Amino acid sequence: MKKYFILLLVLQIFCLSAVKAQSALYVTTSGLTEFFSETPVENISATNRKSQAVLNTSTAEIAVRMSIRDFVFPNKLMQEHFNENYMESDKFPVATFIGTVSTPPDYSRDGSYPVSAKGKFTVHGVTTTREIKGTLTVKNGKVRIVSDFEVLLSDHQIEVPRIVFVKIAQVIRVKADYLLSPKN
Amino acid sequence: MYYTRFLSLLLLPVFANAQDNLLNELESLDSARRIPVQATFKSTRIVNGHSVETMRKKHLDFRISHRFGRLNLGAYQLFGLDQATMRMGFEYGITDRLMIGVGRSTSEKVYDTFGKYRVLRQSTGPGAVPVSVTLLASAAFATVDREAPATDKLSYATQLLIARKFGEKLSLQLLPTWIHRNSVLPGDEKTTLSLGVGGRFKLTKRISVNGEYFLTANDRKSQPVPYYDSMSWGVDIETGGHVFQLHFTNSLGMIEKQFISETSGRWGKGDIHYGFNMSRTFSFDRKKTHRFP
Repeated sequence: MKKYFILLLVLQIFCLSAVKAQSALYVTTSGLTEFFSETPVENISATNRKSQAVLNTSTAEIAVRMSIRDFVFPNKLMQEHFNENYMESDKFPVATFIGTVSTPPDYSRDGSYPVSAKGKFTVHGVTTTREIKGTLTVKNGKVRIVSDFEVLLSDHQIEVPRIVFVKIAQVIRVKADYLLSPKN
Repeated sequence: MYYTRFLSLLLLPVFANAQDNLLNELESLDSARRIPVQATFKSTRIVNGHSVETMRKKHLDFRISHRFGRLNLGAYQLFGLDQATMRMGFEYGITDRLMIGVGRSTSEKVYDTFGKYRVLRQSTGPGAVPVSVTLLASAAFATVDREAPATDKLSYATQLLIARKFGEKLSLQLLPTWIHRNSVLPGDEKTTLSLGVGGRFKLTKRISVNGEYFLTANDRKSQPVPYYDSMSWGVDIETGGHVFQLHFTNSLGMIEKQFISETSGRWGKGDIHYGFNMSRTFSFDRKKTHRFP
């Protein structure tokens, strides 16, 4: 019996180290997320430079998380309205994406690859299943992910009342640029 | 049996590791921060009185405020709408905490100027602050009496504004006030001490009910020209860039020395004025909104 136990212990250590070696995490906490609302009357944009992203190259899982309050507008009144009236950031403080990279590239080789990630996209407390396209670049041991996609306000129950004088597009364009470094 | 259990225990961390949610990983990377409470009030005024809010850096607030005649003037004067007094103001944020303003009221032909400084911001998270505190100092120069010496035309007001936002809807504020007028009517005191209480309750995301009352220490009802405590009730409608404040008040003036020290109307007698404040904010921040590349 004792032999078995020792064998199990060895197996356990082996399993753990195997998992450790497999899970290669690349992370950033200073990712750039911008969004643009374009109408003939008014263009509005805001920037979040504190977006967090993590990529597990062994499982092809990817997660993105950002604080809604970290979006900075040139017009601070708009920023207040964005948080208070549209995104309700007290109730829904973060936006997230968790998904899997389809057709993951060879991370050991430098290069640029078109990729897409399918998963759950949560904004304003409403989760939708999305496939988001982007470009993944491997260079000098770092992974850069760039994406450009659209978000429909109606998909996330973000209401724009009719009496508002500021014109807000129903489709918001989002641009993301994350440079991920290996996590020690 | 014992070993099987032990086996499952041993393997547990392996499975847990594999199921680790990447989002939790990110959450742990996001350090807890102090988050300032925003929008305690929709505007820099509750009705007449200042709120703890200040204009942000490089933002200009252009304000036009009207007070009409008394409701008890009756139908012939369309319940006061035939008479109007107004104040026009330009108010600007020098930093995110300091703002200045100038204004001109038709009543007494007063020019007023003020400085407002945010001392404390209510916040949540580590090192949370329970209240917002703003300091207001203002001076007014009444030019209606051309003959009066310049010093007589001056008056000053200092206010400490202490407010707390209780959840999403309710905000309450205290306004201890000191006012000094260089020249007053016979029997009136030059210094007024008052404690104001104000608040707002949000009905919807963009509409709130506001109220304020200024309890004054001086007993002024038995003066040759009696004055009363100022009370106002109103509605704020915010439409993105504009804030409309519609209200009923027993005060005609829109600057501190006029509505706190010199309110001659009484609610009980129907000396109520309908009025509104209109506020439009302009941003002069250099960082331009850029087009999508």
